[in-house]
Amino acid sequence: MNAKTVYEPTKGLVERDFHYCPGCTHGIIHKLVAEVLVEKGLLEKAVAVASVGCSVFSYEYFNCDAHQAPHGRAPAVATGIKRVRPDSAVFTYQGDGDLASIGTAEIVHAAHRGENITVIFVNNAIYGMTGGQMAPTTLLGQKTSTSPFGRDKTLTGEPLRISEMLATIPGAAYLERVSVHDPKHIRKAKKAIEKAFDVQMNKQGFSMIEFISTCPVNWGMNPMDSIAWAKENMIPYYPLKVFKDKTDGDNDE
Amino acid sequence: MAKVLMKGNEAMALAAIEGGCDAFFGYPITPQNEIPEYLSRHMEERGRVFVQAESEVAAINMVYGAAGAGARVLTSSSSPGIALKQEGISYIAGSELPCVIINVMRGGPGLGGIQPSQADYRQITKGGGNGDYHLLAFAPENLQETVNIIKESFALADYYRNPVMIAVDGLLGQMMEPVDLEAAPKTEVPPEKAWAADGNSDRKGGRNVITSIHLDPLELEKHNRKLQKKYDEMVAKEQRYEMIETADADIVFVAYGSMARIARSAVKTLREEGIKVGMIRPITIWPFPEKAFDELPASVKSLLTLEMSLGQMHEDVRAANNGRFELDFYGRTGGVVPEPEEIIDHVKRMLEKEGSS
Repeated sequence: MNAKTVYEPTKGLVERDFHYCPGCTHGIIHKLVAEVLVEKGLLEKAVAVASVGCSVFSYEYFNCDAHQAPHGRAPAVATGIKRVRPDSAVFTYQGDGDLASIGTAEIVHAAHRGENITVIFVNNAIYGMTGGQMAPTTLLGQKTSTSPFGRDKTLTGEPLRISEMLATIPGAAYLERVSVHDPKHIRKAKKAIEKAFDVQMNKQGFSMIEFISTCPVNWGMNPMDSIAWAKENMIPYYPLKVFKDKTDGDNDE
Repeated sequence: MAKVLMKGNEAMALAAIEGGCDAFFGYPITPQNEIPEYLSRHMEERGRVFVQAESEVAAINMVYGAAGAGARVLTSSSSPGIALKQEGISYIAGSELPCVIINVMRGGPGLGGIQPSQADYRQITKGGGNGDYHLLAFAPENLQETVNIIKESFALADYYRNPVMIAVDGLLGQMMEPVDLEAAPKTEVPPEKAWAADGNSDRKGGRNVITSIHLDPLELEKHNRKLQKKYDEMVAKEQRYEMIETADADIVFVAYGSMARIARSAVKTLREEGIKVGMIRPITIWPFPEKAFDELPASVKSLLTLEMSLGQMHEDVRAANNGRFELDFYGRTGGVVPEPEEIIDHVKRMLEKEGSS
């Protein structure tokens, strides 16, 4: 036999089935983060901070030490871990309900202090686990279980762009928004995660990668349509780009 | 070491350093600000962690993370700030993590005032946050006792894997008193925390996870029963109290913290006048020292609960007394600190009433 291994599951994930819905991109994002941890030799020194939402059980999948945090507080919990164990690789994994709503104070001030942590921010413009309520990131006109007539800016404001907001904060060292809607973008997203962990391990400050994600079940679409919807509706409002790179001399502040 | 004259809040901060505190996370609030101020200088000088968080909510969650990573962690606050921390305290208790919380109490409800108060009794002893849990809670009377308990509290928190609260009021935080930091027993080296999620998942035994979520009701019930076993052990082993002249007393005061200190002078004055009073002084308020009530002689006529609140501890006194003696209550609230004379007058009114009936 001349069998050659061309692909195998990453050791960065526990071997078990995800509980995520079909067509949800959490699975892809988990895999990318796990691969980066393994490839950079960080898995053994990593501490994953799970949040509240669909990814509350992400600690069941990431094959490293983990700490589940109260709703929105993951960056504060991560701060506590990183300050007492500065050589560990600490990352939070948060959705948009968690990070962009109840956890705005914690994310802003983790960036403000320039905490050496990495934030994986998964934005699907809706509250998934609680059943599809409107989030601060919900697009105008988007129907959810608490915006049944479509999001109306006169009542609920306009969608919050977190990466753009954090880019104004001096302590934020690396901020990039990526998408996983096709293989090309998935490869690009992995590069972004690599960069974010490099920034953390080089003690250059706060890093966050925002992922445009989907929620087929609560959007009321099949997986293919939801990928197309994210590409056609979310990316124009939430452009894919590097918002901050303090490792690049030209874009220091 | 000789006694030194120190402000309460600063002595408490120093006691935490001596007690082996690795990290402090807090947020400014009166009347406890000298604690973070002192620690901001002295923790950094010792290469330990000090972080001024953006809120009490963030501070207690930093405590949650650092405690989960195996450090000896402290936060301090005052009543409304403690209310904000209750979410994190519940998670810390649920996840079975050790930490120490100093509460320099002020008047409430709401923003209330900044003067000394004991109106956090319920918030401290009856849960505060959600779920079936308790804090091991001390309410010391003077600075020396406070410092000794703070030094000991880190080891107690480690032993029980549970938050420990030290509740004093603004009076103790702000006053200066002579204190000997060496008087307390030497602090134990922290035990090895094989459960810590500290970024060492290649350890023997594999990766560690800190969590408080158990979606299966039977699993959560099992977890709660496990916690309850620890609380039962605390009730059996940790009830602390002082009995003051209770052997021949007709009237027994029940008072803790600054109120006990004031009541102590009232006991002395009344005794000099030939009136037989004594006092039970709870040192732990959770577990409540029920054992002290069992020690009272049958000759006692009544108990008088004294509080700087409108009778929050009185509920526990009523339960511990279990119908045995007559009960009475005297309290001031809102930041008003009573004079010993008010207690003396109240006792004399009790005696007049008794004489006329």
